[in-house]
Amino acid sequence: MSKTILTRRTFLGAGAAGASSLMLGGCDALNFLADRDGTVRDVLEKANDVTYYVQRALIGDALAREYAESEIRQGQRPNGSTDPQSAEYLALKANDFADYRLSVTGLVETPKSYSLAQLRNMPSRTQITRHDCVEGWSCIAKWTGPPVSVVLDEVKLKSAARYIVFHCYDNMGSGASGPNFYYESCDLVDARHPQTILAYGLNNEALPVPNGAPMRVRIERQLGYKQPKYVHTIEAVSSFAEIARGKGGYWEDRGYEWYAGI
Amino acid sequence: MALSEAHRDSETARPLVYRQSIWTRATHWIWAISLFFLLLSGLQIFNAHSTLYIGKQSGFGFDNSVLSMGAVRTPQGLEGRTTIFGYQFDTTGVFGVSGTSENPQARGFPAALTIPSYRDLATGRVVHFFFAWVLIATLFVWLVASLVNGHLRRDLRPTGRDLAQLPRDVADHARLRFHHTGRYNVLQKLSYCIVFFVLFPLIVLTGLTMSPGMDAAWPWLLDVFGGRQTARTIHFVTMTLLVLFFLVHIIMVFAAGPINELRSMITGWYRTDPETKGDAGS
Repeated sequence: MSKTILTRRTFLGAGAAGASSLMLGGCDALNFLADRDGTVRDVLEKANDVTYYVQRALIGDALAREYAESEIRQGQRPNGSTDPQSAEYLALKANDFADYRLSVTGLVETPKSYSLAQLRNMPSRTQITRHDCVEGWSCIAKWTGPPVSVVLDEVKLKSAARYIVFHCYDNMGSGASGPNFYYESCDLVDARHPQTILAYGLNNEALPVPNGAPMRVRIERQLGYKQPKYVHTIEAVSSFAEIARGKGGYWEDRGYEWYAGI
Repeated sequence: MALSEAHRDSETARPLVYRQSIWTRATHWIWAISLFFLLLSGLQIFNAHSTLYIGKQSGFGFDNSVLSMGAVRTPQGLEGRTTIFGYQFDTTGVFGVSGTSENPQARGFPAALTIPSYRDLATGRVVHFFFAWVLIATLFVWLVASLVNGHLRRDLRPTGRDLAQLPRDVADHARLRFHHTGRYNVLQKLSYCIVFFVLFPLIVLTGLTMSPGMDAAWPWLLDVFGGRQTARTIHFVTMTLLVLFFLVHIIMVFAAGPINELRSMITGWYRTDPETKGDAGS
């Protein structure tokens, strides 16, 4: 009997030691999954396509949850760029964005540009929504601005247009190929969604610099990195393969998924 | 399971019974792999913001946190602090700060418990969502197979007789006295049922509640779980319960006879105690 217990104890000890060494060594051994161009990584990333198609089918035109005024319990937490330093942006900021123009270009019938005053005169939407950062935190705030669809209807998309790209003033750091400006993109479903707005207002005030002044885009059914700040150009494209590293956004170019509904 | 399928080992009179169908065995191992990756990639994701809250949002201008792992600079160097419900613990070396003493790193969970070992949220998310889909697909296959082949009704559903035996079964487990019959004992049935019908649904649904897309599609998720940040906390707590289940599961396998238990989960065949052979087919 005692022999059996000893055997079991040995088993238990050996098993625990084996399992823990597997755990300790296992994680460095799995670091190859971080290789953005790896074959295994490509296979794993296919799951993001599944997520995109399944969520598109499930969500339809449904709106993101909107909250009561009482849920605004703090300022909107700034993250990422909070104070762009490009000469162009600093000049605009010095003049309180009076010279700001939003350009709408690409696959459109009539390219246009808008001043901040013109954007403020458009029919606007105000929504109290939850901003979900990819890091895991959430923050509730009130956003005001015209729906992107209003602008798209004015410039009239060409039939080849499949994505809307947002180009920004904030330089995320310069590399060998020059400055890496923030940019983002979404499909036409999100671009035309009623809650997708060009937000110039935050919590009843002009959008402050740390949150993307003078205008940031809200795409409420996706994570925070899909809400580009300091936007200066909206471009309609058939593919974003030729822009920067070709993945459709600054973070996407660095391994994050293009569809960030989860 | 049926006695007709049982082999009789003439030397020891401990008959082998066919205990686990191919569906049970295949899904078991796919889950084992998936949960391994889900856990370690999940801890990578947690490390991107190592604080948990109760409510709809994260309190920066107010405090609704319930658990936080952080680093503080002290005269002795970087120290890890874990705060749970306002109580602070020094967890240097494990939570908050880990790594070598020459090169301490401020991070929630240590490198040995995350995929990749260093900070890489994008990879953590890619791995997590891939295996989340594998987990869901496998759960679906298992559920359909188990309904069709009777695994649920015959093997997992606790009967009245099972529940009546609960005190005796608890006492037997406490004495590490195990009965090797062709069937699960009542504690096994209950713990498997809790994993399948409470913990798995809970961890999947709270995971979906963290998705802004799914919150638009199924707004009831936010109401059921009390907001996105509460859902994140429940997701974390459910993870710890699954880890607890895993530890007990492994201890039980070793205590009950690892060779026999492993064989039944690989080949399906399980050696039963001689005195219980009559039970095997009942």
